[in-house]
Amino acid sequence: MKTLKKFMGAYKKETVLAPLFKLLEACFELFVPLVVVRMIDQGIKKDNMAVIWQSGGLMLLLAIVGLACSITAQFFAAKAATGAATAMRRAMFEKLQKFSFTEIDEVGTGTMITRMTSDINQVQSGINMVLRLFLRSPFIVFGAMAMAFTIDVEAAVVFAVIIPVLSVVVFAILLSTIPGYRKVQAMLDQVLGRTRENLTGGRVIRAFRKEQDEIEGFRKENKTLRKLQEAVGRVSALLNPLTYVGINIALVVLIHQGSLRVQVGALTTGEVVALINYMSQILVELIKLANLIILVTKAIACLNRVSEVLEKELTVEKEKTLAESSESSDAYVEYRHVNFAYEGAGDLALEDISFQVKKGELIGIIGGTGAGKSTLMQLLCGFYPVTEGTVFLDGKPVDTYETNTLLDKVGIVMQKPVLFRGSILENLRMGKQDATQEECWKALEIAQAKDFVEEKQFQLMFRVQQGGKNLSGGQRQRLSLARTLIKKPEVLILDDSASALDYLTDVNLRKAIRESAADQTVFIISQRTASIMDADKILVLDDGKLIAQGTHQELLDTCETYQEIYYSQFPKEGSHEADK
Amino acid sequence: MKQTSNKETLRKVLKLIQPYWFFLILSILFAFASVVLTLYLPILTGKAVDCIIGKGAVDFATLLPILTKMAIIALSTGLIQWLMNICNNKMTYSVIQDMRQRTFTHLQVLPFSYIDKKPVGDMVSRIVADVDQFADGLLMGFNQFFTGVLTILITLGFMVMLDIRIALIVFILTPSSLLVAKFVAQKTHVMFEKQSTARADETAIIDETIGNLKVVKSFHREEEMQRRFDKVNEKLGQYSLQAIFYSSTTNPATRFLNNCIYAIVGVVGGLLCIKGDFTVGLLTVMLSYATQYTKPFNEISGVITELQNAFVCANRVFALLEEEPEKASPSETIPHFDGTVQLQDVSFSYTPEQNLIEHLNVKVDAGQKIAIVGPTGCGKTTLINLLMRFYDVDEGSIYVSGKETRSVSRESLRSGFGMVLQDTWLKSGSIHDNIAFGKPDATREEVVKAAKASHAHGFIKRLPQGYDTMITEDGGNLSQGQKQLLCIARVMLALPPMLILDEATSSIDTRTEIRIQKAFHKLMDGRTSFIVAHRLSTIQEADLILVMKDGNVIEQGTHKELLAQNGFYTKLYMSQFPENMKKA
Repeated sequence: MKTLKKFMGAYKKETVLAPLFKLLEACFELFVPLVVVRMIDQGIKKDNMAVIWQSGGLMLLLAIVGLACSITAQFFAAKAATGAATAMRRAMFEKLQKFSFTEIDEVGTGTMITRMTSDINQVQSGINMVLRLFLRSPFIVFGAMAMAFTIDVEAAVVFAVIIPVLSVVVFAILLSTIPGYRKVQAMLDQVLGRTRENLTGGRVIRAFRKEQDEIEGFRKENKTLRKLQEAVGRVSALLNPLTYVGINIALVVLIHQGSLRVQVGALTTGEVVALINYMSQILVELIKLANLIILVTKAIACLNRVSEVLEKELTVEKEKTLAESSESSDAYVEYRHVNFAYEGAGDLALEDISFQVKKGELIGIIGGTGAGKSTLMQLLCGFYPVTEGTVFLDGKPVDTYETNTLLDKVGIVMQKPVLFRGSILENLRMGKQDATQEECWKALEIAQAKDFVEEKQFQLMFRVQQGGKNLSGGQRQRLSLARTLIKKPEVLILDDSASALDYLTDVNLRKAIRESAADQTVFIISQRTASIMDADKILVLDDGKLIAQGTHQELLDTCETYQEIYYSQFPKEGSHEADK
Repeated sequence: MKQTSNKETLRKVLKLIQPYWFFLILSILFAFASVVLTLYLPILTGKAVDCIIGKGAVDFATLLPILTKMAIIALSTGLIQWLMNICNNKMTYSVIQDMRQRTFTHLQVLPFSYIDKKPVGDMVSRIVADVDQFADGLLMGFNQFFTGVLTILITLGFMVMLDIRIALIVFILTPSSLLVAKFVAQKTHVMFEKQSTARADETAIIDETIGNLKVVKSFHREEEMQRRFDKVNEKLGQYSLQAIFYSSTTNPATRFLNNCIYAIVGVVGGLLCIKGDFTVGLLTVMLSYATQYTKPFNEISGVITELQNAFVCANRVFALLEEEPEKASPSETIPHFDGTVQLQDVSFSYTPEQNLIEHLNVKVDAGQKIAIVGPTGCGKTTLINLLMRFYDVDEGSIYVSGKETRSVSRESLRSGFGMVLQDTWLKSGSIHDNIAFGKPDATREEVVKAAKASHAHGFIKRLPQGYDTMITEDGGNLSQGQKQLLCIARVMLALPPMLILDEATSSIDTRTEIRIQKAFHKLMDGRTSFIVAHRLSTIQEADLILVMKDGNVIEQGTHKELLAQNGFYTKLYMSQFPENMKKA
């Protein structure tokens, strides 16, 4: 609800005007039965044609004013609803982008997408309908009751009884459906997840000939979804019939009551007709109200799912303010007794890591799968907060840096190359917004991507499809390299980002990187000893611990793990000697 | 043209409803009964009013039975309405279920040339959001269209019975309301279409950004993405405003016309009363009919916009459903894989403008290990796409165990291959389920054995719930290497007669790799295997090395033979030794 207030804030005028105009329209509608009373009692009963013509004219006038009011109201309602929804989508997108890496790991992409699309859609139509009807319907209900009381108190008592009774019925039904709708939504998420999965993993699924199993699994989930929908539907299907029955029973009582009052001369026939008219107006509005409430409960459930994201407290924001450290370091990059555990994981992913790096050095990082190499470097980028100890960059602890400043200094090329829909140029400019074409070509050249980009139609303007689907793995990797290189970071981290490249390209790549910026501090995470052999320092990680550091030769002499890795890649020491 | 395409869609929608004709008929019967009873009630009300003549002149003897009748009718109408709602629910949700199921099933036979090109977000939005929107429209349609039309017809009948003059007035005036509704619906159709496209566009951006948030953040390009998003979002907001506003003018407009009709009926009826051949009770009935008669027009026009929106969504779903599936393959199977594979004069390209593989010939004997090497983008992965028939060759033939692959079913062909790809895909589910993906009935022992063979056991053991740890969408917290180990374990368990390893160990450290290689060696023993690799050290023992460049195999032979040729392979091979590079 708080969330909604925030987004409706910008549309205060519309939010007030839309229901207001609806109320005006409703007022004019409430006059109509009174006009009919006059028509019957003054016109028909007294054989006065003039009164009948007048009444007819008055009704037409009321209709015209009503039309003007309601169109105005519809416009304001639509404007407020779409405006708020647009702002909400925007805010959600903005918020999601603020998520820390830990939070990204936590939430599923699928559910975030439903929340941003179909949930906000529901909220939009909810707002729209509320603005149009939420005031109008109760107003007509209670207005009709008030009018009834002005006609005859004793007969109008029926109104005072039936309205609360029906309200209770309506709310009881609605409340009992809320949990059901929640379950439906959760199931829908699951269906969505499976669909996504089947699109992204199509090759594997077909290779294992699991199409039928997937279809079967989907069938089960889909069926459960239907069952849940039907269960909720059965209850909410009661709503209209119950209100209908209630109102008509009330009508019967009303006519009976009215007849008694007419008998004693307290009411006229015209007034009884007016009371009947008011009762049927109530019926129409109550049904509208009930439908509205269904829509609103759905919308509220959706709104809650949206607010959940919008109001999620972000951990990094909190810790940023806490970490005003006075510690400092003389080295350019230093890890001082760093411990790190992922959120929710029991074991430490990194344990007591300490090392120092001078500016301009080339550092190789090697170690087994899951040894913590990527994690180690992601700490330097500030993606995750360290659990204990401190990571220093340029003398200051990493967590005292503004995120932007830090990411200007540190450039990382991740393991999985991800490209975005748009031209190659646009993709490269992610690294540096105002990069010129020249800079782009330069970066592509260093990344060994110049040749293939030149061959593409439109070259830099070549359209990359979503996820880079129209490029090969190696091409994607080189483009993602270029994207980072273009920003010329002081610290460059290559997280196994040449794995899809052949050796020759890899060698040329490393040469080009060193030649292009001599004072750049470079970290290379690699599985290949060949890629890091000429590093100034090599860090050997094993199972989250830094077990050795030194140059290639030092490690080859002293570190058993390193030897093992090295000889696994160069099986026979003399083999390539022999090949020469 | 639009008309015919709408008709076409309607035909398809009706076909979807067909299996539920029983509910449809029930629903129509209930709707009929409910409408008749609902409309009968005002007649009774009118009669009741006519009993209330004035002070001391109320005809209680006639009035009381009428009131009892009214109560009974109200109760039965309520019951019938409820049953009708239930029928409609049943029908609608079943149709949605069928539609989703069909779309999902169709996904499994869509060719990769289609899937690879379409944004995932767009397709997901069709299966989830569009089907939903379509359903909402359908539900509203069923509920209101039938009752609406019936109400109009039956009211007309009652009115003619009661007084033909007033019936005529109403009858002549109401089409105006229909015309207005139609006019608005036509105008808004375009808006809804624009809205739908803008929405799909936005979903694609959301999918891309939120799915790759880590990358976006590592470049702190949140603002840029936000800007892109805002642009589309703004557009969507505007289209939505227009679509919603214009469609929402229908109700006020038709309501206005109704009010006019109401006024006219009032005046005419009043005048007739004075003339003396009309009663107040009848006037009440007629007035109430005048509103009841025109109200369905309101609703129907509301339904029309809703249906129109639903049709747009339905069309998007049908478009996906009607997307040409993979060419059906014959049901013939390969009864026994003897391990031979032959590519004969194969040509293939993804796009007609760009030739990739041209006239490729390769012959593989049973049990051979074939290594495919070459610079990035030379078509190595394409070769696998062809072997597995993810794509079909443009020209030439591929023979597996002596059979042309297009002459047997894809299923049968694929059952012969085990595949580990560079792109590590895992499904959401437990680790156990993932390893047992190819053999769902595997016991825990078998799964553990496969995990041990692929050296995944170690890290799995350390996970919070071991083999029962649930993997979130796309592997979640597992590293690339760990995911790759799981993919390998998956194949180790399935034990297919032939293997395809596409950069299968690219994210795994070489020490582990050596150990896995041993397991692979055991696995490959006697099995024809295709290995795509960059690390030339891992493929030296291959029986045949295909050196590819620009889509063509430029050299083939064993390691020794190729080195002796001193060609492209030698250059590639030497490049992995820095010392050699320096000397070169």
